[in-house]
Amino acid sequence: MFLKHFFSTDHKVIGLLYAFTALFFLLVGFFLIVILRWQLAYPGQPVPVVGPLLGDANAPGGIILPEFYNQLGAMHGTIMVFLGVVPLAVGAFGNYLVPLQIGAPDMAFPRLNLGSYWFYLAGGVVMLSSFFVPGGAANNGWTSYPPLSDLSPTSGQTWWLVGMLCIILSSLLGSINIITTIVQLRAPGMTWFRMPFLVWAQFVTAFLLLLAFPALQAAAILQGMDRVAGTSFFLPSGLVVSGRPLDVSGGGNALLWQHLFWFLAHPEVYVLILPAMGIVAEIIANNTRKPLWGYRLMVYSLFVLGVLSFLVWAHHMFLTGMGTAISAFFQATTMIISIPSVVILTSLILSLWGGSIRFTTPMLFALAFLPMFGMGGLTGLPLGLATTDIPLHDTTYVVGHFHYVVAPGTIFALFAGIYYWFPRITGRMMNDTLGRMHFVGSLVSMNAIFMPMFVQGLAGVNRRLWDGGMEYAHAQGVLSLNVHMSIGAFALAFFQIFFIVNLFASLKQGRVASANPWDATTLEWSEDTASPRVYRDPYDYSPPGAPRDFVPQYVARVVSSGPAEG
Amino acid sequence: MDIPYTTDVRPDTGLTNPKLGMWLFLASEVMLFGSFFSSYALLRVGAASWPDQSAVLSVPLAALNTAVLLASSVTIALAWRAARQGDRAAYRGLMAATIALGIVFLGVKGSEYADKLSQGLAPSTDVFLGLYYTMTGLHALHIAAGLAVNAYLIGPGARMWQAQHARFANRVELAALYWHFVDVIWICIFAVFYLL
Repeated sequence: MFLKHFFSTDHKVIGLLYAFTALFFLLVGFFLIVILRWQLAYPGQPVPVVGPLLGDANAPGGIILPEFYNQLGAMHGTIMVFLGVVPLAVGAFGNYLVPLQIGAPDMAFPRLNLGSYWFYLAGGVVMLSSFFVPGGAANNGWTSYPPLSDLSPTSGQTWWLVGMLCIILSSLLGSINIITTIVQLRAPGMTWFRMPFLVWAQFVTAFLLLLAFPALQAAAILQGMDRVAGTSFFLPSGLVVSGRPLDVSGGGNALLWQHLFWFLAHPEVYVLILPAMGIVAEIIANNTRKPLWGYRLMVYSLFVLGVLSFLVWAHHMFLTGMGTAISAFFQATTMIISIPSVVILTSLILSLWGGSIRFTTPMLFALAFLPMFGMGGLTGLPLGLATTDIPLHDTTYVVGHFHYVVAPGTIFALFAGIYYWFPRITGRMMNDTLGRMHFVGSLVSMNAIFMPMFVQGLAGVNRRLWDGGMEYAHAQGVLSLNVHMSIGAFALAFFQIFFIVNLFASLKQGRVASANPWDATTLEWSEDTASPRVYRDPYDYSPPGAPRDFVPQYVARVVSSGPAEG
Repeated sequence: MDIPYTTDVRPDTGLTNPKLGMWLFLASEVMLFGSFFSSYALLRVGAASWPDQSAVLSVPLAALNTAVLLASSVTIALAWRAARQGDRAAYRGLMAATIALGIVFLGVKGSEYADKLSQGLAPSTDVFLGLYYTMTGLHALHIAAGLAVNAYLIGPGARMWQAQHARFANRVELAALYWHFVDVIWICIFAVFYLL
């Protein structure tokens, strides 16, 4: 029976539950933004095809109302980050691969693991349901800044807070599980520095989730009190709304929310990127047929990134007038944190040097990750410096920047991971032709969407404009880019069909794969999973004297014609 | 599927899985309450005026509650020792005492709330009272959760006593760890809300 999978405590089943749920939410979040992009390109024109389905309260005659536009934007961000990318990167890949890669029988707390999936599912259901409450879903941006969010008339904002609390609880339980599993359940011989880089990435990521999310938990509780119990934690004194003084005690501080929110949300950026780097590292080592360049250096960089990510949050707040001394501190830490990121990225690029690269579908996505994430990172530097951030803040430049990090960055890595581990999960290969079409189409259309955002942003066009900037004189010169970007978004939607068809068709009809189709070295490809034992470093590719160009971690001695190996 | 190190200590880490899990959970709890205390500090420093806390709240009642919780920390620690030594009667008595003290704490807290609310002092009155209700309320929820766990360990959970005694004693230890943590949080709340 299908439903029994929802009660399994097997980490592989839970990983797949996470994977399919997260992919569903990615699709939902993407669908929201495609509707939104129609409005940006053709403001005030009825949305074709789905327009009549959006409801008269949201889009009378298929024309999107500003309030609904705000819902689309806020929920796109929320769903993509908290219900799509993180659950896929951590919940799915972490759950499925971490125990296999370290040779553990399961996660340390199997029932807790199932519980964290349920909380995630509950959070997702609450978020989706909020579209149907009177007034609609949360419409205050994915950051939910007060006072706007405190005073937002729709109960959708309260639902958002409840949904976030469920998601946070899920993440906390999940991260406890991942850390405990890695510390306690490594197989004999799996020393710390024999762990695949992906495991290290999941390890640091879990610490970020564990220690950063509680800040948002506190913030959500405080905002919930503001909305439900009439407190004024985020409402300063003397607030006047619609010409009338607000009937609250006041004395709160709206910036407090921003501090608490970004204390989570900046480490969250690394939660988005570290597992992606881990996946890319696995695939690059496998497809260059050589060990990772600077494996230890990369691990140390992960830790530096993890620690520093707690010290950079206020670079999102340069415009709030928090003072130059604080700005100076946070721009210094922000510049420093770029160093370990660059170390990891450079190590991955250097890993390509001298390799005999196999251009498989997962490798194509992994290779594209490098320059795309690089662009995302480099365009972030001007945002980390207060002087240049002030004109760029809240423009489409920022949107372009973080989408380069997350979309052709993280999401490409996640696609790479799906193509790469699909045969491990199903015993079948995904179709290569469809995969390559998916890759090329996605790469081109993502750049078509996000590249023009830099141009618009530098021209000073604000994000979150319902009409895409039509009313502003300074936007006129770059307004036509809205149409180009939206066509890019529609094309991106089209090319995802190749992926969806490929994913489901390959389940039944894919070419049957051998146990280790990529000739990989790590433990998850071992046929004997009963009592694994580890004998060597994770990426023993092309060792001198070995009969083949790889020696798996679980192989004790190399039988070879050449000189014996120790 | 048997997960290793649920009861035995892994030699190279010196930990059982549940103990590490509990410490990690408490680390996240530190961040949770830390966020609230930071919020308190930021709001109080930025406030134009702040009420005389000890005049609004009842210091004697809170001092009584502090004594009650400290006593319960002692009883649960002794309950753990009794569990380890296999003294079932002592374990039951001490755990029951812990639960009773926890209930006393919640009762005193409840009467404090009722008293304040009857005077018209609600969460919406000012930021100080808002923080007071939110943070002590969250703490009370933690006490209630701890009571549920302790009640389980004296009731249906105690069936493990004979079959898996070591594992049961470990569970009592974890419950005690959590209980001590909630106790420490209360001491911080007592100091910050009643004495400062």
